[in-house]
Amino acid sequence: MASALINVPARAKRGEIIEVKTLISHVMETGFRHTQLGAAIPRNIIRRFVCTYNGTEIFSADLYPAISANPFIVFSTVATESGTLSFQWTGDNGFSVTESAKITVE
Amino acid sequence: MERSASRREFLKIAGGVAAGIGLSAVVTVRPASATPAEMQEAIRKVVGSARVTPGKVKIDLPPLIENGNAVPLTVRVDSPMTETDHVRAVHVFTEKNPQPYVVTFHLGPRAGRAQVATRMRLADSQNVVAICELSDGSFWSDNASIVVTLAACLEDGI
Repeated sequence: MASALINVPARAKRGEIIEVKTLISHVMETGFRHTQLGAAIPRNIIRRFVCTYNGTEIFSADLYPAISANPFIVFSTVATESGTLSFQWTGDNGFSVTESAKITVE
Repeated sequence: MERSASRREFLKIAGGVAAGIGLSAVVTVRPASATPAEMQEAIRKVVGSARVTPGKVKIDLPPLIENGNAVPLTVRVDSPMTETDHVRAVHVFTEKNPQPYVVTFHLGPRAGRAQVATRMRLADSQNVVAICELSDGSFWSDNASIVVTLAACLEDGI
């Protein structure tokens, strides 16, 4: 089962720039490798990552096979209001994982 | 005289066939790899007809890495990240991976700071290019060369 790790500060001052770190477990099979019998291993990657802050999209990324297994993405955002940051990873073979983190802005 | 000429012909043809087989074997054994020209083409596809100027964006890669399967990559852009002047997207390309594309980050004024990081795969020692697109439609680039001791994509699966 896919599992995601998210690091968001629990509290922040209004207007502060916070760093968000995300890590998800996924093989990110490139589709360029072969088995020892010569059969191609089909591609299986996460293609898209989206982060929304209280429903507004603040960051997204398009991933390609050149991203390492267990994609690790770090970005930042301005802490505007208390609420939820939700993260979604979608990819090949119907892969879709959603995770969220709460933040309190004072 | 006649005989030696035909022998020479035979050797020439046999040599050519052998070289041909050798060449095709080399081509099939080598993993697929993009070329710098393919990377330029991929960049052109993203940028369109706009001019790409070196500067503003800074790509942060170690100069030498042992394991090409997980290379830490940080891209930062010198931008105030305001509503009127911010980074719209950051694209990363490689020269010699099987595909030139690595990742595209979509940012906005709410990012606060134009800095993103991830881990990438590298199939060979090569140049990595980062291109950022600003809100005014201009494109800026930076490149970094990196030496990879153990390349990604080489080991086989089960």
